[in-house]
This record gives sequence, structure tokens and C-alpha cells, in this order.
Amino acid sequence: MNKAKRIDSIFKHGKAYVGYLTAGDGGMQQSLNAALALIKGGVNILEIGVPFSDPIADGPVIQRAATRALANGTTMRDILKLTTAIRKQSDIPLVLFSYYNPILANINPSFFDKVRDAGIDGILLVDCPLEESEEFHKQCIMRDIAPIYVLTPATSIDRMQLINEKAQGFLYYACRKGTTGMKNELPADLAEKIQLIKANTTLPLVVGFGISNREMAADVLKYADGFVIGSRFVKAIEDGVSSDNLCALAQALNPIGN
Amino acid sequence: MNEHITTESNNGRYGEYGGMFIPELLIAPIQALTDAWNKAKHDKNFEIMYKQKLANYAGRPTPLTEVTRFANTIRGPRIFLKREDLLHTGAHKLNNALGQCLLAQRMGKTRIIAETGAGQHGVATAAACAHLGIPCVIYMGSTDMERQAPNVARMRLMGAEVVPVNHGTATLKDAVNEALRDWSESFDNTHYCLGSALGPHPFPEMVAHFQSVIGTECKEQCQTQNGSAPDLVIACVGGGSNAIGIFSGFLDNPKVKLIGVEAGGHGMKLGEHAARFRAKSRGVLHGCFTYILQNEEGQIATTASISAGLDYPAIGPQHADLYDTHRAEYVAVSDDEAIHALQLLAKTEGIICALESAHALAYLIKIAPSLDKKQIIIVNLSGRGDKDLPQLMQQKVIE
Repeated sequence: MNKAKRIDSIFKHGKAYVGYLTAGDGGMQQSLNAALALIKGGVNILEIGVPFSDPIADGPVIQRAATRALANGTTMRDILKLTTAIRKQSDIPLVLFSYYNPILANINPSFFDKVRDAGIDGILLVDCPLEESEEFHKQCIMRDIAPIYVLTPATSIDRMQLINEKAQGFLYYACRKGTTGMKNELPADLAEKIQLIKANTTLPLVVGFGISNREMAADVLKYADGFVIGSRFVKAIEDGVSSDNLCALAQALNPIGN
Repeated sequence: MNEHITTESNNGRYGEYGGMFIPELLIAPIQALTDAWNKAKHDKNFEIMYKQKLANYAGRPTPLTEVTRFANTIRGPRIFLKREDLLHTGAHKLNNALGQCLLAQRMGKTRIIAETGAGQHGVATAAACAHLGIPCVIYMGSTDMERQAPNVARMRLMGAEVVPVNHGTATLKDAVNEALRDWSESFDNTHYCLGSALGPHPFPEMVAHFQSVIGTECKEQCQTQNGSAPDLVIACVGGGSNAIGIFSGFLDNPKVKLIGVEAGGHGMKLGEHAARFRAKSRGVLHGCFTYILQNEEGQIATTASISAGLDYPAIGPQHADLYDTHRAEYVAVSDDEAIHALQLLAKTEGIICALESAHALAYLIKIAPSLDKKQIIIVNLSGRGDKDLPQLMQQKVIE
């Protein structure tokens, strides 16, 4: 299937259940098992996190996962092998989720071709905002890989519109200030913020940052087109969850009726 | 026009280097800071207030001291030290901390956060905050807290909260990570007072501007004392704020040679030093494209140096550009050479300098015999060494 279409088709047919994994946490085989368990559990867009030594946007759970993955010697090559393996068994969209430097270190004329050939449908660079993303953006577009951008509670209306014009696939609303990590409730201004974003953008909108239970996910879906679960899955993997139990956790967190 | 005569950026860039590689969440505070900075730097009232604080609180101008016994001992030419060690709180860091805290106050911020390596920027920020009545939180790697214990005590005495950072390498880079995480949650009421000429735009430009007072004074003092400009200016380079500060006074004079001295640590392998130009590898760390120490996968390398203030894997973007354009030269000296230089200056001149500044002296010791004896050399003595005594005792340099 055409890449951009894989993402589009999710939103055409319903809501997105986005799951995040740090690649290489527990080893590459564990990451593959975990990815397949999440997909079996209902996740229909998977974010593959590239571990980085200095993850300034992440809270303690994902920081620890990155440290473990790097201690295992995880490389970009391993990660593209992982997505290739996932792609053989699933047709859901895969989004590479990375800080800029690990990408920059691997960039050569064939890098983005390899990314495309590894079954990746979109790339989100945590620390490469619109102001700095021109070259990366161009490389993605040329290969039909969706460049995905983040909106935050502090993003101005003008900027939302600008990002919406540039971005493809979907917009990722990081719904609170601070770093990634589980929280017990949604921000009070969520509905209002989403309405504002929706009034000023056209792409599907998924909401992440701190969503850790089914009720929060259900609330998000009242207003948005999808939700992201990250730290909750990463914590389960840290705690040594089995594939079956990870799949069950994904199912239990999913408010989207099948 | 010579593009290197000022420390101002071209829209956040110095040649290829700099930029603002930050998460979307930090765009709003960075833009607010950029706007506030662009207004403040052209505001005469702000400048007057800042200069008054430098004169009446910080103790500027600092002297330019000729050290003839030191020069004779190393068979060198005429050597002058720019005495930032005599600035209040004991290092050049206060020039920047005062400037940024005044700017924060002007922006209506009610809380300041900062990172610190050697503790000098933390102490300077704690002092500026106490003086201006702003609560402050300092992030410091737990390894650095141990080796710079006197500075931790000083910060706490001045009312700062010092938060240990235990993860990663527990040094300066991890303290920066933690400060950025705090800021991404707190920016509505908090200013992040970054301590070196690093990080996303506008920090490198702003910090270099506040530190340029060193170069401006030094140029004038050298002229007054010698009737000429120096032949060579040497400074240590961690992030690079003291170096860009003193270099800025001489960038427009191509006859003045500029040398930055990095921490050569205890070996040549990645992880054994903090000499960014040794590896000549470029990348993005803490919001800025520059020369960094990293592995081939783009993971930031651990660094090593006896000097906590130089123990950082990235160099400020202005230095990256000065290196590429050959306007300045960058070299490295080892831990042992720095310790020796510290001892020699103490014995010959009665000045105990910081281990950071000792790196600049150590390089001068190496080249001194080969220099024309009529030359005038200025070393930026960026800080005093009281903070390093526990470290020196541990190294058995002193009993």
C-alpha cells in the first residue's frame, strides 16, 4: 500500500490507537515481540522510538528505556531491521520517533531510501521544529514518508496553521507541558484546546503525553481522532511483561469498540 | 564586510552552526526570550542598569595583571592575566548571570533555573538571584557536586535550591538535560539562565554579549598599559563563554591571534577527554548544531576532565565557526598539564586559579619558549581555584 495512504486509511475508517515502544529495550527480539503484541492488542499505528543518550523531552520511564536500549548496543540498522520484520507481519502504519542527532549521524544519500524500504510511513523528529526541518522535510516528501509534527498547549494559532500546511499524515498534540510520562488525569483545558486546533487545522489529530488509562483515552476520543499510549507500555516492558500480557494490556486500555 | 567582527548571529546562525533544535514545546518560550532579548539589547536603560550592577555589585572592571615571575619561570614573553578570578563569586560567570537575571526580571519571570558544572555558574546565578530577590533552582550532576563541594555549600548559603542529577554521566550535560525538562514545564513563570554560549538561539548570542565586557575592558587595558594590542589571547573552552567573551574584543583585529584550549583529559580515546575538535565530528546537542563528541550512531559520548567546567561534549557555535574559518585556533592540554600550571602560577605569583583557567596557562607554558620575547600575551584567568582544593587534595597535589 502507498505509504501516506496507510496512515490516511486509519483515519478514514475510524480512530487511531497509537502505541509507542523504545526500540531495543530488552533486545531487538523483545521489541519485535512487543510490537506484534501491541498490534494484536488493537494498536493501529505504531511509533518506534529511536533511543537517544540525551532525551530532553522524555520523563524517567522513557529515559530509562533509552539507557537500556543503548546499553544493548541498539543501532539505526537494528531499528530498520525491526521495522522491516514488523512490516512483514502487519500492514499498520509505522512511525519512526527520534531525536535529531541519531538521524543526522546516519544521514547519507541512501538513508531515507532505506527508511522507506524498511516499511516506515512517517517520521517525527522530537527536536527538529519547522524552523530547522527543511532538508529533512524534503527528503521525506520525496519518498512519500509523512513528516509528522507536534502541537502543544503553547502553540500559537498562526503556527498551528503553518504546521498543518507542512505536515502530512496526522498532527500530534502533546497535550501538556513538561515531559513524557504517565499522569492520572487529562489537562483541564483539553477540550477547549482541541476545539481551537480543530478550528485551525485540517489533518487528523492524535493526542498524547500522559495518557495512561482507558477512561482518559475514551475522553480524548470524544474530541480527537486518536490517542497515544507510550510510557504505560514502556513501563510494562521494563517490568518484564509477557507478550500475552502486553497484548491484554493494550486491549484493556482500548476504548475503541471492535 | 568581515563577518567575524561581532558576536551577533545571522538569524541564530554562526556560519553553519547554531540554530534552535528544540522540542515544539520550547518554541514559545524561546520566541518570547528572543523577542525580549532583541528589545533589551538595544535599550539604553537596560544597558545602564546592567553596567551599574557590573560596577557596583560584581566589581568590574577586573584588573589586567602582568605576571613577570611566572613569565620568567617559563621563559616566555610578556604575560598578562585578565583577572576574572577577582570578579564577585570568583569567575566570569557573574557577567552573564546578572545580565540574564535582569532580563528575566524585565520579562516578569518569578523563578530562575540554571545548570552548573564546576558550580561557578550556579554560584553566580544564586548570587544574582539573591541580590535581585528571585527564587532559584540549580541543577548539578551528582559527580560534580562531589568534586566541587565548596560551591554547593555556597549556593545553598545564598538560598538556592541545588538539585542533584543522578542519571546519564551525572555531569554538566545531564544537568542541562534536567534544566531543559524543568523549563518545558515551568516556562510561564521561569527563566532558564543558561550558563555558557551554548544551546538554542538566542542563548549563544546573549551569553556572548554579556561576556563581551571582558574583551572590551581587556582591549582598553592592554592599550593603556602597553600602547598596543596583544599578539595573542588564550582562553580555556568548555562551552566557550569566557573565551568568546575575551575574543570578542579582538575579533576585528586580525593581527591578534586567538587560541582556545580544550580539556585533553587523561587520554586520546573517546570518553577520555572533552576536546571536541580532536574528533571533528558535528551534530546537534542541546538545541545547537556544532562540533560534538559522539559515537558513529549519534549517541553523545561521555567526556572526562579534571575540570568540571570543561567537561562537556559540545562547543559553543561561535567557536565552531571561528574554527572553520581559521580565525581562532583550538588545542587541548591534559589534566596533568593543567594541574602543573595551576601549581606554577600559585607559587610564582600568589594566584590560585581554577582548573579550567589552568588549561589556558598550561598551553602557554608549552609554547612560551618558542615565542618572541617582545610579544604580549593575554590569558583569560576565568576563575579562581578555591573550589578545586578538595579535588587537588584527592589527587594528592596538596596534602
